[in-house]
Amino acid sequence: MVHLTSPAFKTNAARAMRDPGLQKALGTAKGAFLQRRAAAVAALPEFEALRDIGREIKNHTLAHLDFYLETFAANVERVGGKVHWCSTAEEARATVLKICQDEGAKTVTKGKSMISEELGINDHLEAHGIQPVETDLGEYILQLRREHPSHIIAPAFHLNREDWEADFRRMHTDLPPDRVFAERRDILAEARTRLREKFLAADVGITGANFLIAETGSSVIVTNEGNGDLTQTLPRVHIALASIEKVVPTLEDCCSLLRLLARSATGQDFSVYTTFSTGPKRAPDLDGPEAYHVVLLDNGRSNMMGTEFQEMLRCIRCAACMNHCPVYGAVGGHAYGWVYPGPMGSVLTPSLVGVEKTGHLPNASTFCGKCESVCPVKIPLPKMMRHWREREFERHLTPASMRRGLGLWAWFAQRPALYRAVTRFGIGAVALLGRGRGSFRSLPLAGGWTEGRDLPVPEGGTFMARYKAQQRKAAR
Amino acid sequence: MSKDAILSAIRRGLKRGPLPEDQQAMLRARMAAHPRHLIPARSRVARPAQVALFVGNVEKEFGTVERVADAAEIPAAIAQYLAGQNLPPRFVMAPHPELQALPWGRAPMLAHEARRAQASDLVSVQHGFAGVAETGTLMLPSDPARPTTLNILADTEIVVLRSSAIVGAYEEAWDRLRTAGKLGDPHASGVMPRNVMFVTGPSRSADIEQTLELGAHGPRRLHIVLLDDDPEAR
Repeated sequence: MVHLTSPAFKTNAARAMRDPGLQKALGTAKGAFLQRRAAAVAALPEFEALRDIGREIKNHTLAHLDFYLETFAANVERVGGKVHWCSTAEEARATVLKICQDEGAKTVTKGKSMISEELGINDHLEAHGIQPVETDLGEYILQLRREHPSHIIAPAFHLNREDWEADFRRMHTDLPPDRVFAERRDILAEARTRLREKFLAADVGITGANFLIAETGSSVIVTNEGNGDLTQTLPRVHIALASIEKVVPTLEDCCSLLRLLARSATGQDFSVYTTFSTGPKRAPDLDGPEAYHVVLLDNGRSNMMGTEFQEMLRCIRCAACMNHCPVYGAVGGHAYGWVYPGPMGSVLTPSLVGVEKTGHLPNASTFCGKCESVCPVKIPLPKMMRHWREREFERHLTPASMRRGLGLWAWFAQRPALYRAVTRFGIGAVALLGRGRGSFRSLPLAGGWTEGRDLPVPEGGTFMARYKAQQRKAAR
Repeated sequence: MSKDAILSAIRRGLKRGPLPEDQQAMLRARMAAHPRHLIPARSRVARPAQVALFVGNVEKEFGTVERVADAAEIPAAIAQYLAGQNLPPRFVMAPHPELQALPWGRAPMLAHEARRAQASDLVSVQHGFAGVAETGTLMLPSDPARPTTLNILADTEIVVLRSSAIVGAYEEAWDRLRTAGKLGDPHASGVMPRNVMFVTGPSRSADIEQTLELGAHGPRRLHIVLLDDDPEAR
């Protein structure tokens, strides 16, 4: 499994903000996705209505998840495929390894799959003498660098073009060292040539799944590069890794969600390749895998059912929340310390890994609400992060100083007259202290807060005082 | 058994046991009816506008389209396209009866083999099952006459598509496929072929600095020869 560094979020974030390469990459990337998404959404007047439909489809499916999973599995088996139900990452790793070993596999090509990151499948296969080859361009360079994705749809979000060129020169040593990468396209062409031979040699192809269709027993992948299709078509065996919440009832349900997915993700109207795979090669077919397996992974998700986090299982992994998140934009994905970064990760990671170790994540939010407003299936992400904060508080996981502060505040808040008197006095005192200047550069007891920003000097009275004055004025 | 553990945990969360038979029957009826949701208005237009929308969207996604009035013109159109791209006049072709019936003798310089694609094939010619106007998307279901490898291995993919096969929305393309299955198409096995690809333009990647670049692992060029066989669509 991916090594968990979420407990060190604060250190990770501080390091990320001092990393000039990362900050450059974040700066380059930030605008691109936002503008393209905004344009794609503006070009589809029905987008808002589709968000409600997307939410309803997913809610309907979750309310009958057991039924749709069993239907999906039965339909996979009807066309000669095999479904492996796996409760844990360990079980799924063992299942994948056994399929590969039974096949006598030497190399395995891989399409992009966040589930495979959850499983840490690459290390597991390598430890057993099987060579996994990542074929998504972003995943490929991360494998060369032995890094994990920092974004769920753009795994190499944290890298600059210079990094690509340097790594390709370092790793592709059979090519002339002084070759010129005049354009990004040249980097792409080199990866294409390099990976072509891998696609042809692989014994097993492993992909993820964006959706599973209960009605037909199909797994669906969405890609732009075509690597997923080469991965699942050429080898003798295709393994699709999917978590249980990926299932939807029908092809029509899937179409509605697909209209939301690419627009929310890359800002395309539709991705280049959307492929539905159903079972192994049929007898008269001229190509396709001989065997088709679906590894159905739970890994903690079924425990989210019936809790305040059930709605998180609507997520279709478009990454709009992280693309629009000011915290993600400042620290990048690695700081979050596990597979899923950004707002969706801050809700999902505590659910799957435990809030004891990942409590910083739901606190790493300004609650600006942008994530919820761009979510294609309207997941109330800020509300769920607040639920995690409440659970932390209930379970005494929040630091003592913060608990004392919150306790003090709550005591005052329950005594409105006293609260108003104290705040009136406090505001007056701070205004007096700051007389003659516009803002404080530092404040006693709030050094951490003022380290990165100035506090404006309060002008006039408290909010309540002003509000009452307004009301009186309006009444006259 | 992990299956039982997963299903029980889900049911525990939903605070119920296995669904009663009448509710299961309702869900099965929903799947059998597979109701459509909202279809965007952009493709709800007259046939000629629908075809124009398809062509416009293919071009927006960096594909190219040539319209021909008569099937007999297709071999020459392909020969000219290949010459224009400085590509050799050779290709691998889907062993589809409609493609095999074309008068290839009219373009004597062209050589083709009808089979699945191999790594060495530079150009493939595929049979288009349907085109979806709303995003300029091709629907390419696998069957023995339409191998999947033709869509992914060659550097240049040429798809021959009838304008009568252009529909507005994805749902309508699925309907065509469902109908083909029900009619007992000898090439279809049940409703779902092993593989159904929706293809929108040539392959690309945005992994380097989030900038889309054409020419990733799939075809670098996608060219559609559109046969205007639908009088309503002209």
